[in-house]
Amino acid sequence: MRLTQGTFSFLPDLTDEQIGAQIEYCLANGWAVSVEYTDDPHPRNTYWEMFGLPMFDIRDPVAILGEIRTCRKTFPRHYIKVNAFDSSLGRESLRLSFIVNRPPSEPGFALTRQEGAGRTVRYTTRAYATESPEGERY
Amino acid sequence: MPVMSTFTASAPDDETRGSAMAREPEVAAAHAANGTGAADELDLEAVFRDSHIAEVLDELDTQLVGLAPVKSRIRDIAALLLVEKLRRSVGLTTGPPSLHMSFTGNPGTGKTTVALRMAQILHRLGYVRKGHLTAVTRDDLVGQYIGHTAPKTREVLKRAMGGVLFIDEAYYLYRPENERDYGQEAIEILLQVMENQREDLVVILAGYKDRMDTFFRSNPGLSSRVAHHIDFPDYTPGELIAIARLMLAGLQYRLSPGADAAFQDYIDRRRGQPHFANARSVRNALDRARLRQASRLFGARERALSKDDLVTIEAADILASRVFAASPRESAS
Repeated sequence: MRLTQGTFSFLPDLTDEQIGAQIEYCLANGWAVSVEYTDDPHPRNTYWEMFGLPMFDIRDPVAILGEIRTCRKTFPRHYIKVNAFDSSLGRESLRLSFIVNRPPSEPGFALTRQEGAGRTVRYTTRAYATESPEGERY
Repeated sequence: MPVMSTFTASAPDDETRGSAMAREPEVAAAHAANGTGAADELDLEAVFRDSHIAEVLDELDTQLVGLAPVKSRIRDIAALLLVEKLRRSVGLTTGPPSLHMSFTGNPGTGKTTVALRMAQILHRLGYVRKGHLTAVTRDDLVGQYIGHTAPKTREVLKRAMGGVLFIDEAYYLYRPENERDYGQEAIEILLQVMENQREDLVVILAGYKDRMDTFFRSNPGLSSRVAHHIDFPDYTPGELIAIARLMLAGLQYRLSPGADAAFQDYIDRRRGQPHFANARSVRNALDRARLRQASRLFGARERALSKDDLVTIEAADILASRVFAASPRESAS
């Protein structure tokens, strides 16, 4: 099951050229771009690992593309996303976030039902990948 | 080998032009692209006009006094980049030329100013994408403990991507007296990027002539990757006066005729003294003259001032300098 999180996630994977063009747009708006990775694809997992610090004062997308490539080389089978943070007053939040790398096979999520008191049923999703310990998934 | 790739690369271009002969037009194109003239359909003049490079070069001429060898080298580089552009337009191979430079010269000879212009010129020519200048020194590149240098240098390189990285006093990167110095690590990362990402970044190393020469001798890898070694000559007294006039015009001041003569005298004396830093000394001298002019005006504040008073620097403002106080003693001893 293909993970659909963030912008462009229903499109085919972006090429490096397209990623570069998106980053160019972010930089033109003065947003700080950062690279994050994880192997826990649960939608509620908002805390992905940072690959280096957010990159402020960058003028050219090549610098960030270089960082993405390094991250892919280090974690070829992880999910990697690019975030663009807008630091302007009153906004101070992410403006754009999209996945730039995903594992070759994505097993998807299991839906677990928990029967509670009375006829209550609680639902929860769990990624099949997280059955194995961190670093050995995918 | 390059000749072979030239033909293969431009073969499709031939077909689109419907040329019967495979090779002759290539040779003709090569001749035209090398600048022998705009006789064929190739118009170097048009490329020159479209690039708006003339404005930058004119600006360079009017705003920077002297520096003839520097200007001629910049013109050469501009010409090369234009011809490369033309070559690309007809499908000839164009390896990105290595444009890393080293600026050597005494303090105050305009190395930083020219570097800034260089970034603009390269941007106009489409050689660097953004055209910003990142000026750094050893402190910005070299870390304080093991493992600190590489991320720091990479950080700086990332910021400089798409523009020009200006390393001032580059010889401080290499400290032969301390073999555990982290500067060597910074140089190695720098070398790698200078070689592999030539199209993303232009590195300009600057510093005093003799120390840069030593630096390059001890880092042959670096020296061979720097294609342009440009030496900045000292300014002549006449050029220094012209620089002073330009600076004052920019600040909307002017020298009275008396002050003009006094300033020429000042420059003659100052040049002979230690720590003379060319245009920087001129700027400092003018700043001090402005201070004295202000306090002179303040001292005579009961008198009504005209706009002319505010603009004019008098001879007294310059003659009060300690350069004039020192000289008679020197000549007396």
